[in-house]
Amino acid sequence: MILMHTPALQVIIPLIAAPLCCLLPKSRLAWLFTTLVSFSTFAISVLLVWQVHAVGVIDYEMGNWPAPLGIKYHIDSLSAFILILISAIASITLLGARSIIEQEIPHSKHALFYTAFLLCLTGLLGIVATNDAFNVFVFLEISSLSTYALIAMGRNRKALMAAYEYLIMGTIGATFILIGIGLLYMQTGTLNMFDLHDRMPIIGGFNSVHAGFAFFTVGIFLKLALFPLHQWLPNAYTFAPSAVSVFLAATSTKVALYLLYRVFYTIFGFEFSFSTLHLGAVLLPLSIVAIILSSLIAIFQSDIKRLLAYSSLAQIGYMTLGVSLQTQSGLIASMINLFNHAFIKGALFMCLACIAYSIKTTRFNHMAGIAKTQPWVAAAFVVGGIALIGLPPTAGFISKWYIVLAVLETSWWLAIVVLLTSLLAVIYVWRVVEQMYLREPLDNIQHGTPVPMMLIICTWIMILLSVYFGIDNRFPLRMATMAAEMLMP
Amino acid sequence: MMSLITDLYAYWISVLLMMVGLYIVIDHNNLFKKLIGLNIFQTSVFILFISMGKVDQGTAPILKEGFETFSNPLPHVLILTAIVVSIATTAVGLALVVSINKYYKTINESEIQAIEREEA
Amino acid sequence: MKKNPILRETSHLLIPAILLFALYVQFHGDYGPGGGFQAGVIFASAIILYALLHGVKRAEQVVSLNLAKTCAACGLLLYAGLGVFGILWGGNYLDFNVLAHDPIHGQHWGILLIELGVGLTVASVVLAIFYAFTKFKK
Repeated sequence: MILMHTPALQVIIPLIAAPLCCLLPKSRLAWLFTTLVSFSTFAISVLLVWQVHAVGVIDYEMGNWPAPLGIKYHIDSLSAFILILISAIASITLLGARSIIEQEIPHSKHALFYTAFLLCLTGLLGIVATNDAFNVFVFLEISSLSTYALIAMGRNRKALMAAYEYLIMGTIGATFILIGIGLLYMQTGTLNMFDLHDRMPIIGGFNSVHAGFAFFTVGIFLKLALFPLHQWLPNAYTFAPSAVSVFLAATSTKVALYLLYRVFYTIFGFEFSFSTLHLGAVLLPLSIVAIILSSLIAIFQSDIKRLLAYSSLAQIGYMTLGVSLQTQSGLIASMINLFNHAFIKGALFMCLACIAYSIKTTRFNHMAGIAKTQPWVAAAFVVGGIALIGLPPTAGFISKWYIVLAVLETSWWLAIVVLLTSLLAVIYVWRVVEQMYLREPLDNIQHGTPVPMMLIICTWIMILLSVYFGIDNRFPLRMATMAAEMLMP
Repeated sequence: MMSLITDLYAYWISVLLMMVGLYIVIDHNNLFKKLIGLNIFQTSVFILFISMGKVDQGTAPILKEGFETFSNPLPHVLILTAIVVSIATTAVGLALVVSINKYYKTINESEIQAIEREEA
Repeated sequence: MKKNPILRETSHLLIPAILLFALYVQFHGDYGPGGGFQAGVIFASAIILYALLHGVKRAEQVVSLNLAKTCAACGLLLYAGLGVFGILWGGNYLDFNVLAHDPIHGQHWGILLIELGVGLTVASVVLAIFYAFTKFKK
């Protein structure tokens, strides 16, 4: 019976677990409960991937109401791909994060922290699983509101201001998406994504549909943190609690990218988005500016979390560069980039969580010589940095390879830009590696708290996954190819 | 030309409120006033949705004998959900502003940025 | 404010009426404007009016913060649990047709219980937000 209801169970298991977690008295029990729930979510997403391999697509009607009347959950290869990514990241993060959460967050708020975490997980999974445009908005707001609350629990008082600015900008973005949904509903009378796609040729000429497209674009770019709508991301990632930074960096922008694929390929259709309304002409310059500018700004940061946040902005630029090429290989490159980057960034932020546990700070100057006291953490950061630059045998090399291959189909000077910006990544990764290995350890590092074994193990699990997907690329490549063929026939 | 304004007056009002709300969010320094502007912006979207749901000669979307034309109930349901989302967002925003006031002793954005710049 | 006789007497007349009106709106959502969310907010506003007039301590003796948090969790569990009930009884998630002996009664029961869950959660959350703000330590 579980097999019949997997799409619904994927979303409702964390949803039911959230109020239960709110009622739990002890912090350790809340952590154990949350970790078990996220592992069961991962198990269901594995089941979904297996079912999608066997059947192709899974349709699930909520409340047994048929599709245009009721809400339908539609799992195809793209959805299953992102679902398994999110649940895997959540599980590994929660497995190792108990000690860093207990250190950074006051004890009375632990149960509520895990409740907010489960609600964020519910929202992210719901955005990916659903096939109803308004349901996407509801789950988007569920995940965003929990994210604002999670970020505000950071140690520094700047976390409050970061959460407030993210709230203002995120709500404006989500409301723009709502306006887009409203304008499309006005013209078609339906909210189902496939129904909207079927009716798009009839209404494609109307100004209101073009306005809806523009509203969708701005809203999704804001959630994606694409230049120039990226101002909320550096502060939010830097001042959030370390476990929250790991989870957000690896999942929230990836789900926004999934929303971009769904809206522009499934709802509006490839020809309408890119040929009639020239989305590529908007995406291409913004992606290139995002890559170059963010990599340059990352070099000069004095807080390593901020450096990694700007590096994330650059990687998002690579993903949208793949989309803006308007070819199937560009789309495949974008999806592989999405998958690999989640593990790489998650692993790097987990290294920083270890460092933050040990010396209570992530500032560049205070990290001198930390490789002598925390050799495993520093080694993990080196491997993650190699993956970020894009050297074999890591997953970053595979991502860059596919991007360069896709870019070479259209223009050779773009490939030069991609390779040169990888050199910029070398600069900021080498800065940190030099500070960690080639300097004398300071006092605070000699007397730093020893990092718990579970946190280091989970960091290495993510690092080894990013190396594994650099060597054996079959699973992401197969899922990405199936997804791209379905989105762009 | 006049029919462009008089026939579509609901959409004109909605867009006017939308722009007023966005302007308040962008321009004002006071964190509370930004939240009020956000609320006005979201309210304008509700007006847009509901005004498009009205059917000519239609009554409220509740089944009753004696009436034949009803307004479209779906936008009403969507906006109920969106209103709850707006209230939750305002609550989280207000909680953040109260906490910011506790730690910074001010809720003026330029003063907060000045404090942060002095510390850096 | 509790010393002001006008406010005191008016509130003693109005608060029961507001609570009754909240229950009326809750259960008449099928037949008129109303439903869970509206009823929850009206119910919470009655208790907030009492708290404004007689102090938060007296209001907490009626509905404490822990009770509000528990009711919020229980309301959401009622809603989501009803959906799981639909799965266990053979239909899809949130399928009301299988809840009773025929689909019409099933839908009736389903909407009633769902709105009850929503009203419970909304009332307790609005009340919890009020308590959180009034008890915030400067």
